[in-house]
Amino acid sequence: MTAFFQGLGLSYELAWTISTICGILLIAFPLMLGVAMIIYADRKIWAAMALRKGPNVVGPLGLLQSFADGLKVFLQETIIPAAANKGLFLIAPIITFTVALMAWAVIPFNSGAVLADINVGLLYVLAISSLGVYGVVIAGWSSNSKYPFFSAMRASAQMISYEVSIGFILICVVLWAGTFNLNDIVKAQKGAISLAYAIPALADVPVLGWKINGFVANPLLFPMWVMFLISGMAETARAPFDLTEAESELVAGYQTEYSSMAFALYWLGEYANVLLMCALNATLFWGGWLPPLDIPVLYLVPGIVWLLLKILFFFFIFSWVKATVPRYRYDQLMRLGWKIFLPVSLLFVFLVSGWLMLTRYAV
Amino acid sequence: MIQAFAFYLFAGMMLFSGAVTILARNPVHSVLWLILAFFNAAGLMVLAGAEFIAMLLVIVYVGAVAVLFLFVVMMLDIDFAELRAGFIKNFPLGMLLAAVLFVELFVGIVVRSAGSLQLSHASGTAAPAAGLTNTQAIGALLYSKYLFLFEAAGIILLVAMIGAIVLTHRQRGGVRGQNVSKQVARRPEEATINVQPEVGKGVSL
Repeated sequence: MTAFFQGLGLSYELAWTISTICGILLIAFPLMLGVAMIIYADRKIWAAMALRKGPNVVGPLGLLQSFADGLKVFLQETIIPAAANKGLFLIAPIITFTVALMAWAVIPFNSGAVLADINVGLLYVLAISSLGVYGVVIAGWSSNSKYPFFSAMRASAQMISYEVSIGFILICVVLWAGTFNLNDIVKAQKGAISLAYAIPALADVPVLGWKINGFVANPLLFPMWVMFLISGMAETARAPFDLTEAESELVAGYQTEYSSMAFALYWLGEYANVLLMCALNATLFWGGWLPPLDIPVLYLVPGIVWLLLKILFFFFIFSWVKATVPRYRYDQLMRLGWKIFLPVSLLFVFLVSGWLMLTRYAV
Repeated sequence: MIQAFAFYLFAGMMLFSGAVTILARNPVHSVLWLILAFFNAAGLMVLAGAEFIAMLLVIVYVGAVAVLFLFVVMMLDIDFAELRAGFIKNFPLGMLLAAVLFVELFVGIVVRSAGSLQLSHASGTAAPAAGLTNTQAIGALLYSKYLFLFEAAGIILLVAMIGAIVLTHRQRGGVRGQNVSKQVARRPEEATINVQPEVGKGVSL
């Protein structure tokens, strides 16, 4: 895109600035629209699993429900509690929302179609996702209210716990792909696994000899994907790990004192984070913008379509879990993170690196 | 132009937030300004081409250390009057520390202007290895030349971690823990009984 603006006779720096801003808008606007629609989808899926109809009044099939909600929230009054720390109280939702958008800068939508193609892309994602906790913690503290404060303490412990195992899981992926660059990680998954590699005779057999795009079919990385999916739910504080806003214990957790647009920013940021986790699942384990199978005819479909399909698939799993699994108890959550996920992911770092030492990097 | 703008933005923000960290009355505000300073330092690292270090700074300091810091500071019950009362008593010590820091800074600047110190290079020119990304270059050095130091650092951290656990862990009597596998293994048959008592008679369980 920089080259296009340079072609219009602009200097390189100006062209770069304009093209970057265009890129940001190109990602942020569809993302916001996607978040609005995904909230609707979440409610519909949840309703269907509870044998209800869900939103069906505003617009055809209730499709405009999210926009109606947005408008309603926009017209409401922002209430700031008298005892709240006013500056921080208002900054907190902005932090959550901004951080939820920032990580999308490194997600590749197609070969080379990425806003910031940086070498340390995955580390960047990890760094940004670790910032997400601040919005919650600051909200909890600045509200100067008991339930939000409990929620903030829960959130900081929960996110730090699960970040550790997510780090180890990502190390397994990075070891296998040999790079931190997300676009290169996707490329490394092209034809990553096939029975034909073990049994050459199968190479031309239809189904059995097909090459699969994605680390998920790798026996050493499949358990890592399952753990990443669960850790992702804990990291985004989705049900069954939504202890930070457990309505039966903490009213609404850190959002208790928030109203109108500030509340909506949490709402949007949360769903943008969930979509990001779905996109990471797709990118790191399911081949990102690659088609599921390494067959030439599938490459005729644009990469972004495959990526969106995968994101929607994972979002369905997230909704499904939310609708069916009861909420964890806090000690169960901590036990799962520290006593199960951490040792198992550490074991798999050993297994993966050992396997690679014996095969790919064998001297 | 963009680089210069970004540098002055990051550097200015860092200096400002560093100063406010010290000046802020509220310790929670101090920690938040400190986090902003970390963040801007990471931005400066990116400008210097050290993106790996920058990301590590954000992940380790902003993502983990500062969260715990904030966690602790948020729960402190601070009496500001008491803090101000101790000011005169601690003033000489504070001035001493400030003087030492200033002298060190001054010596550093003087030495720097006499010619910079290049570590690990006899010739004094440390050119980055060509064709290597940041991560690869660090890895190539850490796992070959500095392998011993790297592993020693790891062992020290491990010992520190175990030490912290040993020092703070204490067995308390009378605590009822939960046996999760026992809870999970429990079936409805052993947890519930179905009785049909006659009308007017109670049930003994």
